[in-house]
Amino acid sequence: MNETIIRTLGVTLGVCLLCSLFVSFTAVSLRDQQNTNKLNDKRIKILEAANIYNESISVEDQFKNLEIRFLDFDTGETYREYKDFDIDKYDQLQSLRFSDQSKPVPADKDIAIIKNRENIGKIYFSTKDNKIDKLILPIRGYGLWGTLYGYIAIENDFNTVVGIEFYEHKETPGLGGEVDNPNWKNIWVGKEIYQSGDVKLQVIKGAVDQNMNDAKYMVDGLSGATLTSRGVSNMIEYWFSDSGYLKLLENFDYES
Amino acid sequence: MSLKQYKEVLVNPLIKENPITLQILGICSALAVTSNLNVTLIMCIALTSVVSLSNLFISIIRNYIPSSVRIIVQMTIIATLVILVDELLKAYDYETSKKLSVFVGLIITNCIVMGRAEAFAMKEKPFVSFLDGLGNGIGYSLILIGVAFIRELFGAGTLFGIPIFGDWYPTNNLLLLPPSSFIIIGLFIWLIRGYNNDQIEEDEFDLSKHSVSPDLNKRELNV
Repeated sequence: MNETIIRTLGVTLGVCLLCSLFVSFTAVSLRDQQNTNKLNDKRIKILEAANIYNESISVEDQFKNLEIRFLDFDTGETYREYKDFDIDKYDQLQSLRFSDQSKPVPADKDIAIIKNRENIGKIYFSTKDNKIDKLILPIRGYGLWGTLYGYIAIENDFNTVVGIEFYEHKETPGLGGEVDNPNWKNIWVGKEIYQSGDVKLQVIKGAVDQNMNDAKYMVDGLSGATLTSRGVSNMIEYWFSDSGYLKLLENFDYES
Repeated sequence: MSLKQYKEVLVNPLIKENPITLQILGICSALAVTSNLNVTLIMCIALTSVVSLSNLFISIIRNYIPSSVRIIVQMTIIATLVILVDELLKAYDYETSKKLSVFVGLIITNCIVMGRAEAFAMKEKPFVSFLDGLGNGIGYSLILIGVAFIRELFGAGTLFGIPIFGDWYPTNNLLLLPPSSFIIIGLFIWLIRGYNNDQIEEDEFDLSKHSVSPDLNKRELNV
């Protein structure tokens, strides 16, 4: 009796329908809360990259002390207001979907494999005595399994790294996933990006010999994760190049 | 069923028929999520709720499940519960859910959940199935918390992230890496079987005594 085809189909269909109802109901009703958590997590990463995160104060309050600006990548100019964009809600990753808000990156320049770059970016900085103290820049690029999204913070000499954080990636846990390892992130602190105008900072294969002249431009590679390490390296090279933040950094340099 | 039988169903899986130390099931997550008690506790709650509820629901519809597709139906129910747990974690404990990452999703393939569904819930009434799931979940939790306690205390010198030993204690990296759980679970099994002799399995074959053939002996001497 239990084994007729109709019955088998009926039971499986019924179970599936009921289960999918449950799943979609919870997914929809919890979405707001989950999005808040994600936003909070991103903000913590931004603060951590600049090494100014304080666990005992609410993230929202700490974030209010950060200055946020729109950045026109083509000119390197920053704006407090741009068109009708809301600076708190503006998400440059969303603007990649619209051809009037983003541009495809030419294949020969697309070393980080991001395909499209937004026209208007969003940058963060902390201030001290009305001057920029630490500048936090969003970066992204392809690793092994997918795009890594993160932030890199630099000192107000616009050359020295303060910290690097990734808030989303799909790298293998224990191998490429070690980009989240605090020990590895600590290696970045104090490294320098440019040497006479060119991006010199890179992730090398193996460990860096500290006695080398160029040690301050090199970061240890992650063992077992050559492609992830190369991805991070390319990401730095792309975002600090002319089509990335170079113009912005030059502008800031003249001002200070 | 009498009250005594209910009690047995709930209490037996704690030590006597523990899913980890007797049946050696669910080892994968025991290795992966036991370096920190906070994370372990959340994982235990997640697994216990999944295994008891999946037992309950599968038992409710057990007479309607056609035996040709029973595993798929069980999996659908288990997967639904796991997704619910995952969504709830993402909404209310984002930090831990990030640390647990894939391991919440992997509860779907946890042998304990499937094993109890197939071996118990398909035959027994809903309430007693629920108790069986609860018992097995708690049995799993007991071992995991024990392992996590040892690993975190002697590995990092902390409990629930709070420093216990102070600065003089050097962290022990071996205990923080997954292989240490193998050793600790092995010690637990030894302890439990030492106390509970009927868990000791009989040897499947006798090992012959170690010997060296006379030929080999001679050859080695020549060298």
